[in-house]
Amino acid sequence: MSVFFSRDPLVCQEVVELVTDYLEGALSRSQRRRLEAHLAGCEHCTEYLEQMRATIRLTGRLRVEDLTAEMQQELTAIYRRWRAEEEQ
Amino acid sequence: MWLIPAIVLPRRGRRERVHGDEDGELLARLRAGDERAFTALVARHNASMMRLACSFVSSRAVAEEVVQDTWLGVLRGLDGFAERAAFRTWLLRILVNRARSTGVRERRSVAIGDAGPVVDQARFDSSGAWMSPPEHWVEDSDDRLLAQGLTTELHAALEGLPARQREVVMLRDVDGLSGLEVCEVLEISEANQRVLLHRGRSHLRQVLEDELGGV
Repeated sequence: MSVFFSRDPLVCQEVVELVTDYLEGALSRSQRRRLEAHLAGCEHCTEYLEQMRATIRLTGRLRVEDLTAEMQQELTAIYRRWRAEEEQ
Repeated sequence: MWLIPAIVLPRRGRRERVHGDEDGELLARLRAGDERAFTALVARHNASMMRLACSFVSSRAVAEEVVQDTWLGVLRGLDGFAERAAFRTWLLRILVNRARSTGVRERRSVAIGDAGPVVDQARFDSSGAWMSPPEHWVEDSDDRLLAQGLTTELHAALEGLPARQREVVMLRDVDGLSGLEVCEVLEISEANQRVLLHRGRSHLRQVLEDELGGV
């Protein structure tokens, strides 16, 4: 793919596809340099990257409902049955 | 022969290390027959398990069965569990295997790439530069964003992602697993993990922009 081998400067449309690999540390050194060179001169892509980081943080704040009492009871019952099995 | 690609290993987050230590302690107590240690492990992991199970099976009731079955598998497999493996990875692996074997939902290995760009092409000009740039919405304080009732929207958007993207984003960004752990749990390659993560996160970003942008 041209994005990976070309020496041309990256364009915005390519940058948005490489953002995750960048954040994951999965770009080669030369890819990373090209991406950072683009970011240095592009406020929109810098904003985009910041938004991806914010998205990750905000998703990390989601919490789900606690265990229902019913399920807790079921699991305790499973544990006790297993203990009984073990002791036989 | 196996070729091992040169990859940069994702760093382990703080959350994970704390997780690991506490799990180890609870496992030791569980092995010694302490029922409260089991309850504590359930409290720590059950929510992640339910969420993951729900993305494999069609109903909450079936997901609960899968989770219960997983815990029984954990108890029975306790002696064989090698301490050097991460407990959470092991646990979630068991869960995924059980969920898949229930066969309630046929999961085909397509749609990894889902093709198509993650940002609407119409937002770029013919040279690939932004024509309709991202609207500003990030603030200094995430709390302020969350206070605007954003949680519900974001949660709905996460639930609405295609199953495989949802699984990866939930495990990575909600549960805090590393990329490698997710690969192990879901039995996918590093590259696929990143593609799914990329598509999922990009979609959530767009939802946030739609919700908050241009204010």
